[in-house]
Amino acid sequence: MTDTPIDKAAQATPEPLARRIRGLSDRSIAWIFVAPTIFLLLAVNIFPLIWTIRLSFTDYRVNRPNREVEWVGLRNYERILTDPDVWATMQATAHFLIWTIVLQVLIGFALAYLINKKFRGNDLWTTIIVFPMMLSPAVVGNFWTFLYQPQIGLFNYVIAFFTGADPASFSMIGDVHLAPWAIVIADTWMWTPFVMLICLAGLRSIPDSIYEAAECDRASKWRQFWTITVPMVLPFLMLAVLFRGIENFKMFDLVVQLTGGGPGNTTTLTSIDLKREAFEKWRTGYSSAYAVILFVTVFGLASIYVKALNKVKER
Amino acid sequence: MSGFIKGLLRLRRGPWEMVASVLIAAGVVMLMQPIWITLYTWSFVITLTGTVMFIIVSHFPE
Repeated sequence: MTDTPIDKAAQATPEPLARRIRGLSDRSIAWIFVAPTIFLLLAVNIFPLIWTIRLSFTDYRVNRPNREVEWVGLRNYERILTDPDVWATMQATAHFLIWTIVLQVLIGFALAYLINKKFRGNDLWTTIIVFPMMLSPAVVGNFWTFLYQPQIGLFNYVIAFFTGADPASFSMIGDVHLAPWAIVIADTWMWTPFVMLICLAGLRSIPDSIYEAAECDRASKWRQFWTITVPMVLPFLMLAVLFRGIENFKMFDLVVQLTGGGPGNTTTLTSIDLKREAFEKWRTGYSSAYAVILFVTVFGLASIYVKALNKVKER
Repeated sequence: MSGFIKGLLRLRRGPWEMVASVLIAAGVVMLMQPIWITLYTWSFVITLTGTVMFIIVSHFPE
């Protein structure tokens, strides 16, 4: 008599049920286990996507459910893709996306490189640097609103200290030229630690023996950095860029809390504009088309990026 | 270059994925560039074509 857990479970199964299961193939049993997950995925992910695509061809308004819905074909897409205001939000998003990724990658990698060196208080510094990432974006937005205050904000005083300018002479979130940079700085402050952690994982995965071999070959530190460190951290860095790129493309909470999309529309990112169209103007059909355009853009970018990432990993 | 064209003609995955990637990248640049609104208008068509092409050609043989 065997007493493994599988045997015990088999003995405990009621005879009629056991007889029915015995008649099923392994493939059928696998399907029984996988079916609930597939059903959930279809219900939660695929169905809303298909429904959104369908709505994007109509003039449906969710605040007027009894109104007759008219099929408008590609008119919503045509309106979005010829609207200079939507074009301006795309440019604002591009500015935000490019600069946050560049700054976060550069600063994150530099911090990871420094933290990777063995020194006293290493763990304490890691915790301090990671701290902003643990905060809620709403809290960070509120916090930076105070820092950017022209009269009492610390940020203006720091800039004034280094440049000699009057702290009250400029307003980071009230100036059309400075506001796009204000959201870039706040997002960089919050999410650089995330990039740093991923880079740190990459740096710690490099075996010391490779550097020792390079030392034996009399490779300089500079050469070791470019031929060992950078290529081996690159897949991790690309992963960080992918995560931050997708996240920042749909950035909403931090920017709404910080600038509310203003002054004017200078910091109105696509997600903020989309939310206004969907839940303030109640143009559900139009906003569905807007969402489909953003989805296709992110999906396309992510596809080529994952392909590039796989190529780097294969190397 | 001739290898690339041969790959396209024989429906090989690599060159076709390259074409799809170039289309997607061009579409995204067109969507976000601040210079010409006509490019912005056509950006979605280009990105969509590239994305659909990418999904299809990723099932081509290597």
